[in-house]
Amino acid sequence: MNWSAIAAIYRFEMARFFRTLAQSFLSPVLSTSLYFVVFGTAIGSRIQEVEGVSYGAFIVPGLIMLSVVMLAISNASFGIYFPKFLGTIYELLSAPVNFIEIVIGYVGAAATKSLFVGLVILVTATFFVDIRIEHPFAMAAFLILSCLSFSLLGFIVGIWASNFEQISLVPQLVVTPLIFLGGTFYSISMLPPVWQTITLFNPVVYLISGFRWSFYGLADVPIGFSLLAILVFTGTCLAVIGWIFKTGWRIRS
Amino acid sequence: MTTILSIRDLRKSYADGFEALKGVSLDIEQGEILALLGPNGAGKTTLISTVCGITTPTSGTVTVGGHDIQTEFRAARRMIGLVPQEIALEPFEKVWNTVRFSRGLFGYGSDNARIEEILRKLSLWDKRKNAIKELSGGMKRRVLIAKALAHEPRVLFLDEPTAGVDVELRKDMWEIVAELKKAGVTIILTTHYIEEAEAIADRVGVIDKGELRLVQDKNTLMAQMGKKQIEVMLADPIQAIPDSLAVHNLTLNGNGDALVYTYDTQADRTGITTLLNDVAQAGLVLRDVQTRQSSLEEIFVNLVSGEPA
Ligand SMILES: Nc1ncnc2c1ncn2[C@@H]1O[C@H](COP(=O)(O)OP(=O)(O)OP(=O)(O)O)[C@@H](O)[C@H]1O
Ligand SMILES: [Mg+2]
Repeated sequence: MNWSAIAAIYRFEMARFFRTLAQSFLSPVLSTSLYFVVFGTAIGSRIQEVEGVSYGAFIVPGLIMLSVVMLAISNASFGIYFPKFLGTIYELLSAPVNFIEIVIGYVGAAATKSLFVGLVILVTATFFVDIRIEHPFAMAAFLILSCLSFSLLGFIVGIWASNFEQISLVPQLVVTPLIFLGGTFYSISMLPPVWQTITLFNPVVYLISGFRWSFYGLADVPIGFSLLAILVFTGTCLAVIGWIFKTGWRIRS
Repeated sequence: MTTILSIRDLRKSYADGFEALKGVSLDIEQGEILALLGPNGAGKTTLISTVCGITTPTSGTVTVGGHDIQTEFRAARRMIGLVPQEIALEPFEKVWNTVRFSRGLFGYGSDNARIEEILRKLSLWDKRKNAIKELSGGMKRRVLIAKALAHEPRVLFLDEPTAGVDVELRKDMWEIVAELKKAGVTIILTTHYIEEAEAIADRVGVIDKGELRLVQDKNTLMAQMGKKQIEVMLADPIQAIPDSLAVHNLTLNGNGDALVYTYDTQADRTGITTLLNDVAQAGLVLRDVQTRQSSLEEIFVNLVSGEPA
C-alpha cells in the first residue's frame, strides 16, 4: 500500500476545501436556516407534529441527508473530474499507485468534507428546534456510510463525465428527485397507499428512514432493510469502480 | 554499459483502431541522452505515455531497470519521471505544495531539503509560495520538471521540453539536462528542434508513422549520412564557373566570390586535392577555404521524406 500517495491525494483535496473554508461553512448554515424558515415555520405551523415529533425536528435528518448526499456527489465528482479536465491526471496514471489508493484518497476527502457539512447542519438545526438522538452510534454509522457511498457514486460520475454539464446532470436529474420524493420532508405514511408502495422502490427512502430512526426511533421501513440498502448501494458502487479501473474506462486510453 | 530501459516490439492501437506504434523495439543505456525526432503525429508522445503507464500497450513488453511496467508497475514507475508535452497544472496550487504532492504520490515523505534543492536548481525558489497561475509559461514548464524530479527518478522523459520556450530558457534547459546526466540520470527527450538533438543528445532516434526508422550514435550518424561541403572563397569575384572545373559540379554563390563543393565523407576519394589543383590551374586565387558539415536537420528531412509512405 502506498500510504504516502493516499495522504498526498487526501491532503491535496482537503487543501482545496480549506482554501474556501468560509464558503464551505457558511453555505450549509445559510441553506439550513432557510429550510427552517420556509419548511419549519411556514409549512410546519400547519403540520405541527408527525408521530409525536415536531415537524421542524422531524425534517432535520432528511435535511442533513439532502445536503450530505448532494455534497458528497459533487465533491467527489469534481475532485476526479478536474485532473481529467486540466490534464494533471497524467501524474496519477504514471505514479506507483493502484486504483484502491486513488479511490481512498479522493473518496476519503470527499466524504470528510460532506461529513463536516452534515455536522455543521446538525449543529445549526439545534438553534431552531429541539433535537434528540436516540441511537447516536447508529446515527454516526448511517451518516458516515452515506458520506462514503455517495462519494463513491460521485467518483463514478466524475470519471464518466466528459464535460461540466454532465457532472451536474446526475445529482440534479436523478438524485434530487429521489431525495425529495424519499420522505425528506414528510413521512411515507402520509401518502396514499398506492404511492406508499411505489415509494418503496426509491432507495433513498431506506436511507432517510434509517437515519431518522437513529434520531427519533421513527422508521418508515424496518431498520434492517435500511442498513441492508445502504450496504448494497455501497457494494454496487465499489464494484463499478473496480470495473472502471480494471478496464481503464474513460481514464487510460 | 547497462541497459536501463528495454522496449520490445511495442504496439499501441487506440480505441478508434488507429495504430500509433507499429512494433517499436529500443534499448536505452544507463546515463545516456536519447533524442527522439519525428514529425507531428509520429508516435513520440504515445511511446512515452505507454512506457510511463498513461496508456496501456496493445502488445509488447517494456522493462525499466529490469522491472516490467505492467507486472511490477510500482518498482518500474518509481524509477521514471515524466515531463509531459502539454502544461498541465492545478492553477490554484502553490509551487512548493505541488512538488511535495508529486513526491508523496511516488511514495516519499516530504523532505524539505530535497524539495528546496530541486526548486533552487530550477530557479523556482523565489516563486515557491506563488500559486501556479501567477507564473509565466516558462516557469510553469520548470514546475513540471520540478515535479518530475521530486522523487529522484533514474530515467527522465522530457516530451518537447523546449517547445515555445525562448532562447534563454532553452539554454537553461540544456544545462539542466547536462547536470542531470552528470548525476547519472538517463534522459529521453523529444524535440522538433534538430539543433537541440545535435547539441545535447548522445544518440538520436527517428520515429515516423509509428515506426522507429533509426537509432544511432549522433556522431556516427552525422559522419555516416552527412555530406560535407567545402567553400572555396576567391580573392576576385568571377562571373561564371570556368569550364575546366565543370567536372566537380561546383556551385557559385550569389556574389561570385565563393565556389561550393559538396562531397561524401564516406567516399574513398573525396576529390579535394584534385579540386584545389584544378582551381589553381584555372588561375583563380584563393582567399580562404571553409568546410561545413550538413546538420542533423538535413539528414532528418532526407530520411523522413525520402522513404515512400
Ligand atoms: N487518445 C488517442 N486516441 C486516438 N488516437 C490518438 C490518441 N492519441 C494520439 N493519437 C494518434 O496517434 C498518433 C501519434 O500521436 P502522438 O501524440 O504520439 O504523436 P507525436 O509524435 O507526439 O506528435 P507531436 O510531435 O505532434 O507531439 C497521431 O496520429 C494521433 O492522432
Ligand atoms: Mg507529442
